[in-house]
Amino acid sequence: MRPLTEEETRVMFEKIAKYIGENLQLLVDRPDGTYCFRLHKDRVYYVSEKILKLAANISGDKLVSLGTCFGKFTKTHKFRLHITALDYLAPYAKYKVWIKPGAEQSFLYGNHVLKSGLGRITENTSQYQGVVVYSMADVPLHPQGEKSLNTHCLHGGEIYLHLTLTSAYKGSTITYCIRNEMDIQSPGANSPSTSTAEALSRPHILTPQDSVSVSL
Amino acid sequence: MGRKLDPTKKEKRGPGRKARKQKGAETELAKFLPAGGDENSKRLSSRARKRAAKRRLGSAEAPETNKSPGAKPLPGKLPKGFCKPFGVSAGAVQTPGKKEASSLFNMARGKKRPAPTHSSAEEEEEDSEGDGVVNQEDLWGSEDSDADMIDDYGAGSNSEDEDEDDDEELLPIERAARKQKAQEAVAGDQWSEEETDEEEEEEQVSAESGPREDEESEGGLQINVDEEEPLLPPAGEVEQDTQAPDLQCVHKRIQDIVGVLRDFGTQREEGRSRSEYLQRLRKDLATYYSYGDFLLGKLMDLFPLSELVEFLEANEVPRPITLRTNTLKTRRRDLAQALINRGVNLDPLGKWSKTGLVVYDSSVPIGATPEYLAGHYMLQGASSMLPVMALAPQEHERILDMCCAPGGKTSYIAQLMKNTGVILANDANAERLKSVVGNLHRLGVTNAIISHYDGRQFPKVVGGFDRVLLDAPCSGTGVISKDPAVKTNKDEKDILRCAHLQKELLLSAIDSVNASSKTGGYLVYCTCSIMVEENEWVVDYALKKRNVRLVPTGLDFGQEGFTRFRERRFHPTLRSTRRFYPHTHNMDGFFIAKFKKFSNSIPQSQTGNSATSTPTNPDLPNVNGQVTPKSESGSPSTKKAGQAKQRLQKQQHPKKSSFQKQNGISKGTDTELSTVSAVTKAQASSKLQDSSQPPETAAVVREPKEAGKLKQQSPKLQSSRKAAFRKQRAPPKTMDTDLPAAPSLSKTQATPKPEDRDQPFGNTTGAEKVKHQVAEQPFKKAAFQKRDGTPKGLKTPTVSSRSSSRPPPAKRRKSQSRGSLQPALTSVDG
Repeated sequence: MRPLTEEETRVMFEKIAKYIGENLQLLVDRPDGTYCFRLHKDRVYYVSEKILKLAANISGDKLVSLGTCFGKFTKTHKFRLHITALDYLAPYAKYKVWIKPGAEQSFLYGNHVLKSGLGRITENTSQYQGVVVYSMADVPLHPQGEKSLNTHCLHGGEIYLHLTLTSAYKGSTITYCIRNEMDIQSPGANSPSTSTAEALSRPHILTPQDSVSVSL
Repeated sequence: MGRKLDPTKKEKRGPGRKARKQKGAETELAKFLPAGGDENSKRLSSRARKRAAKRRLGSAEAPETNKSPGAKPLPGKLPKGFCKPFGVSAGAVQTPGKKEASSLFNMARGKKRPAPTHSSAEEEEEDSEGDGVVNQEDLWGSEDSDADMIDDYGAGSNSEDEDEDDDEELLPIERAARKQKAQEAVAGDQWSEEETDEEEEEEQVSAESGPREDEESEGGLQINVDEEEPLLPPAGEVEQDTQAPDLQCVHKRIQDIVGVLRDFGTQREEGRSRSEYLQRLRKDLATYYSYGDFLLGKLMDLFPLSELVEFLEANEVPRPITLRTNTLKTRRRDLAQALINRGVNLDPLGKWSKTGLVVYDSSVPIGATPEYLAGHYMLQGASSMLPVMALAPQEHERILDMCCAPGGKTSYIAQLMKNTGVILANDANAERLKSVVGNLHRLGVTNAIISHYDGRQFPKVVGGFDRVLLDAPCSGTGVISKDPAVKTNKDEKDILRCAHLQKELLLSAIDSVNASSKTGGYLVYCTCSIMVEENEWVVDYALKKRNVRLVPTGLDFGQEGFTRFRERRFHPTLRSTRRFYPHTHNMDGFFIAKFKKFSNSIPQSQTGNSATSTPTNPDLPNVNGQVTPKSESGSPSTKKAGQAKQRLQKQQHPKKSSFQKQNGISKGTDTELSTVSAVTKAQASSKLQDSSQPPETAAVVREPKEAGKLKQQSPKLQSSRKAAFRKQRAPPKTMDTDLPAAPSLSKTQATPKPEDRDQPFGNTTGAEKVKHQVAEQPFKKAAFQKRDGTPKGLKTPTVSSRSSSRPPPAKRRKSQSRGSLQPALTSVDG
């Protein structure tokens, strides 16, 4: 477990900024104590300082996870966000897509979302924007803006999803990720299966490359 | 076309149908008029009595009327007949009786008495069965013959209702056979109750002279049959296991034997001992529920018989699916609404849980709904929520979950702490840790560290937790419904191996707790086993080994833990532990104990070898011969013990411990005992003096405040503790009682631990302290003597310590009773 290097920090922040923009600042400077990013077995964990202190007692090979896993660095030093980061990204997300209930389940199981399944979308979403997908469960109480988003989070009525509008990677939905818990975890314990799991569960959150080709 | 098939009116088929059909109509009528059946039975009972009286008078007549040669096998052949009922009672349609209401059977039997004739009758003859009945009735009392017939059936169908489900699967012939059997089984009871005088007579006769039995032919024969029939094989005969046993038979027999055992004095067969019945029952239960012999034996020790059957039944049925709302992400009401919208039928779990929901049925897979994936709930057994509730974690605490997989309890802790503080979730199994990682992330737990240590290493890795939850690995005897393999694949060794591991884990868990924590200092130990070896025994062991005491779990239901089990006696505070059973609480079998740690010092092993602990007063010459051998090896630990003592002394009233010392000097008896009593005293006094130490007070608050009560409690505590220790002391047995499974291990545990355990607690040389302490002694003694008798609370320990120094281990009971008398003494003194 070690702090991130300059380079790593830059790569990771770039990635995160695609989703939450300048709100990234809020993630780092929190009112409720210092939070920091730590690298452990190629995974990046977002963790409070207090927890970090206790975790320092645990030797590296025995430590499995701490705080929240945000993503991991690939061997080529790219950063991949994990589904587990969603809780932190969703409240700050700048661009969102809501999916109709009918398409929701199918989306969860890794299928495309057609235009008919698209409930609503943040205005001015550009074509290759990183977005966070919501279900429509929050429709009745859904004004726009940050404040209302916070209330959603508290109420938990909505479910955050990821958009795979055109490129339906099997692993890109919450379903797949949860079912393949090992991928969240550090690779040490399950090295043989890592590669396949990795290949399957490529981007967990829509990246700019995953084009939103639904004509908006 | 034609009549529709009505499943409730299952007509019997086969030869002799006509006669049976008539009966069937009767029974069906009765089915629809259950109340009528009752009335019938009531009305009948008086008649039955009448007829019984007549029978008594005219018992000579009976032979002719009831004669049914060959119908009843002789007692010796009976078991065979019981298992292969077809030949015996082909056409007989009799009522099966359940044992529950013997009165019902009494009258039923009174009615049925003529029935055996039919059973013997050929199928063809059955058409005229009604006539036969009438004839018989005429013989006995013609006036009520017709009514009797009807009533007879009514009564029969009444009890038939109860067995209906079973009957559905049976062929008519089987059904008939069962009915007859049941009746026969029942008949024995009636004879004993209804016609006691006659029976006595018969017994005498049969005991004295065999021929009389023949003479009494029908009645006598039948009686014998009835009594002996299903339950036990005849004395000399070995059970034939050649054919696969008929489960129905076995089931019936189980019920019967349980019935007999419940009222053994009156219902047992002459000359059969209880153990014979029990053996038979055990065999049958093993067959019927497919348990291994070992586990079944254990369960029989654990439960009274009727409860045992319930327990075994409950293990055949899965527990309801329950889920726990993740309050970090949602509220129960919202979740329930969302799930109901998805077609899940659910209800709140119970009053005791604010987050639990029980799922009755669901049209969607409950483990794959979007809500589940979003972490709004966790599938978790009801019993798994209890330990966390008992632990009652507070916000901003440091908590250790020692065996956390698959993370259900951990996430519950996190949600109770509202994601504040730190949880260290540990598990020894790397595979299972994956699910922990997944679950905790899914449920949005951010304050957890997940580690992969063996729990036994724990205080070395990190210590000083406010609370520790130890959900120890166990044999899983409480969750047989989940994993039926447990039924057969466990044996004594497995249980004891588990118990041993649990003891080790529990000690490390206790050592990981920080007793001086402001909010905590608690430890919850739980297992999903119901074995005493893995629960009470382990807890009792920990009570002896560490400075912990049991506190109420805060759960207002569940059964109390055992304080005595067979030959074992546990600490009386084990009453505050809780046991949960599948059949009583409809949740998995579970055991929960909550400890409060009151001192961080580790009392140095008084158990394994008394030597290490004995020389608590180093300047004393060892009076006891048994003490000496290990004194060299014990010397460092001596210091430790002295140190510990010193600490205790500081905490408690100084006088008391000094007095105890003085006591030790003056009497010069068993020093070990004196240390023990010092420890117990420390505990007791810590209870008495709330104000002296802040960490204690929190726990003490729970105790009733009245001085009188406190006084009463402490001596009891002490005496019983002492008793426990004394038991331990009995030299060769100690090891056995503690760790019979792995004596070698226990040895290793006993010896190297002092070194291991001391590390976290600072190795300041104890010798100095001891000296210091010794120097203080005279002064304290004086102080004590001066103040002797003044405070009430102090009196008790002194008395008890004296009593404790008396040697006889055999007189434990006596000393206990003395202990219980003490309150009275003290109150007089005060």
